[in-house]
Amino acid sequence: MKIDDIELQQKLHPAMVEGDHDFASVTDKISDVTLKKRTPFHWFIGFGISFMVAQLLLFTVIWLLANGIGIWGNNQPVGWAFDIINFVWWIGIGHAGTLISAILLLLNQKWRTSINRFAEAMTLFAVACAAMFPLLHTGRPWLAAYWLFPYPNTMGIWPNFRSPLIWDVFAVSTYATVSLLFWYVGLIPDFATLRDRAKNPFFKFVYSILSWGWRGSARHWHRYEIAYLILAGISTPLVLSVHSIVSFDFSVSQLPGWHATIFPPYFVAGAVFAGFAMVLILCIPLRRWYRMQDFITHQHLVYMAKVMLATGLIVVYGYAMEAFFGWYSASQYEVFMIKNRIWEGPYWWSYWLLIFCNGASIQLLWFERFRNSEFWLFLISIVVSVGMWLERFVIIVTSLHRDFLPSSWAMYSPRVWDWTMFVGTIGFFFTLLYLFVRFVPIISIFEVRTLLPDAHVHGHQQDFEELVNEVEDTYDKTDPPNN
Amino acid sequence: MAQFFNKSANNIARISILAGVVLVATAGFSFTQLARSSYLTGRYMEKQQPVQFSHKHHVGDDGIDCRYCHSTVETTASAGMPPTQTCMNCHSQIWADSPYLEPVKASFRENKPILWERVHDLPEYTYFNHSIHVAKGVGCSTCHGQIDDMPAVYQENTLQMEWCLACHRAPEEFIRPKSEIYNMKWKNSDLDSKERLELKASLKIRSKEMMTSCSTCHR
Repeated sequence: MKIDDIELQQKLHPAMVEGDHDFASVTDKISDVTLKKRTPFHWFIGFGISFMVAQLLLFTVIWLLANGIGIWGNNQPVGWAFDIINFVWWIGIGHAGTLISAILLLLNQKWRTSINRFAEAMTLFAVACAAMFPLLHTGRPWLAAYWLFPYPNTMGIWPNFRSPLIWDVFAVSTYATVSLLFWYVGLIPDFATLRDRAKNPFFKFVYSILSWGWRGSARHWHRYEIAYLILAGISTPLVLSVHSIVSFDFSVSQLPGWHATIFPPYFVAGAVFAGFAMVLILCIPLRRWYRMQDFITHQHLVYMAKVMLATGLIVVYGYAMEAFFGWYSASQYEVFMIKNRIWEGPYWWSYWLLIFCNGASIQLLWFERFRNSEFWLFLISIVVSVGMWLERFVIIVTSLHRDFLPSSWAMYSPRVWDWTMFVGTIGFFFTLLYLFVRFVPIISIFEVRTLLPDAHVHGHQQDFEELVNEVEDTYDKTDPPNN
Repeated sequence: MAQFFNKSANNIARISILAGVVLVATAGFSFTQLARSSYLTGRYMEKQQPVQFSHKHHVGDDGIDCRYCHSTVETTASAGMPPTQTCMNCHSQIWADSPYLEPVKASFRENKPILWERVHDLPEYTYFNHSIHVAKGVGCSTCHGQIDDMPAVYQENTLQMEWCLACHRAPEEFIRPKSEIYNMKWKNSDLDSKERLELKASLKIRSKEMMTSCSTCHR
C-alpha cells in the first residue's frame, strides 16, 4: 500500500481508539469503573441530586392518583398537553440509542462500538420515562391496563384497533422489549468479564447469574454473533416505525396542524436529532469524569455532531413544509392555523423560540471550530433538547387552543404539577443512568477490543512459521544442559 | 475462567425457563379467573334481607306471579319493589301472628318502608330498562335464574359487560315468546333455533349494530 493510500485510509477511517492500548488495558480501564472499591465522589453528588429530583415524580404520582388529572393544567380545548408532549419527547430521545446500536451496526460503522452501550441504556431509560405518561394520564392506570392489554376481557369488546393510540401501545412495548433484549445480549460477554474479575462475592454471584455461564468458547461467540445480528435486524425497522406511529397519533386525526403527510419522516428525523443531542449531553461529561477519552474519542463527538446537523436540517425542512402545506392547502382552517402559529396567535413566541433552538443554533455545526469544541457541542445539544421539547409543545398546544369552534377557544398554561411530573421524570432518568454507570460497564469491553490493532493481525501462518524458526534457532544456539 | 456456580446450575437455569413459562401462564389464567370470580362480581352470594322472605316459597310453592309484587316491570326502567301494603294484602289475614313477620308489621304500623338489600346492582354508567327487555322476549329467569328455587335471592350472573353483550350480539339465542316471560319453567330448548329467529323478527328486535352501539347502554 502506498503512503498516500494509508493517509487517505486514516482520514476516511480514523482509529476509533486512541492511546496505547492492548486487550488487557482496555479491559482494566473499563471494568475498573464498575469494580473498583471506591465510588468516586462526583458519582454520589450526581446520584444524590438525581434521586432527590426523582422524588418529585413519586410525590406527583401519588398526588395524581389521589386527586385525578384535574391537578394538571390541560382542559378543553387543550385536552392533551404536557402528558403527550413529554411522552413524545422521551420516546424521541430513545431513538438515537437504537439507531446507534442497530443501524450503525448493520452499516458496519466502527464508531458505534464505544458509544452503543450507554446509548442503548439511555434508550431504555427514556422509554421507561415515556411510558409513564400515557399510563398516568388516564388518572387510573389500573383501569387503563385494559386498553393496553385487554385481558381479562370481561367487557367482551376489543380496544379500537383502528385508533393510532392502540398502535402506539404495541409500537412502544415492542420497542422497549427489543431494546432491552438487544442491550442485555450485548452485555453478556462483559458481565462474564466482570464475573471473572469481581472480588466481592456478592457481585461475583450477581454477575454470574447475569452472564448465564458464558465461557467465551467459539460456540458461544458463534451463537452470540447470530443472535446479535438478528436483534439488530429486528431493531432496525423499529427506529423508523416507532416514531412514525407516534406521529400517527396526530396525523391520523383531522385537526389542522396535525393532519399532514410529512409527519412520520419529520418525527423520525426529529427523534434521531433529539436522541443524538441527548447522547452528546451524556457523553461529554461522562468521558471526562471517567477518563474515557481514549475510547469515546474526539472523532466520536464530531461524527455525532454531523449526524445532529443532518437530522436537524431534515427537521427544519419539515417546519418549512408545514408552513408550505398550510398555504398550499388553500383551506381556510389550515391557513388560519399556520398564521396563528407563526405570528398572529398568542403562542407565536414558542414557534420562534423553536426555530431558534432547532433551526438557527445547529447552523454553527457547519463550522469545524464549533464541532471541535466540547463546550459548544454541549451547549448546542442542550439547546436542541429544549427545542425538540418546544416542537411538541408548538404542534400540540397551538393546534388545539384554536379549534374549529371559536366559542371554545382558550389558552393553555401548565400548572405546578405538570412541571413536577416532567422534572421528576428527568430525575428518574438520571437516577437510572447513575446506577447504570456504577454497576454495568458503560462501554462494551469486548467490542472495543476488536477495534484494537491487535485484533487485526494478518498472515498468522507466516508469523507462526517465523516464530517456530526463531525458537529453534535459539534452541540450537543454547548449550545443552550439563548431564 | 473459573465458573462461580457448579455445573448443576445449568439444570436450574433450564428448569427456571420452564418454571417462568408455567408461572406466567398460571398467573395469567388465575387473573382471568379472579376477574370473573364471585369475589369480584358478587355472583351466587346470598344477601341477608331485613325480613326472612323466601322467593322459593312465594313463587315456587304458592305460584304468585312476578308482577304481583314487581308491578312496574312492563312499563318502567325499574321492575319496582312492592310497598309493605302489598305484603299486608295477604299477611293481614294469613300468618298474621308469625314472629317472622314482625318487621313487616312494624313497617306497616309506622309507615316506614322496609330497607331491602339490593341484589342486582348495576353500575351507574349503564342505562338499563326492564320494560324493553320484557317487551322484546327476555324472560325473568334468563337473567335472574331460578328465582322459584331461591330461598334467599342471589345474583345468578356476573353482570359483566361481556355477559350483557353475549345476548345483545345474538338475542335469538335467549328470547322466548311474550306469553312465557314469567314462566319459571321455560327452557331454551322449548323453541328450536329457526323458531327463535322467526320470533326475533316478529318482536322487531333491532340490528346487532344498533344493539351493541355504545350509547344503547351508556348514555
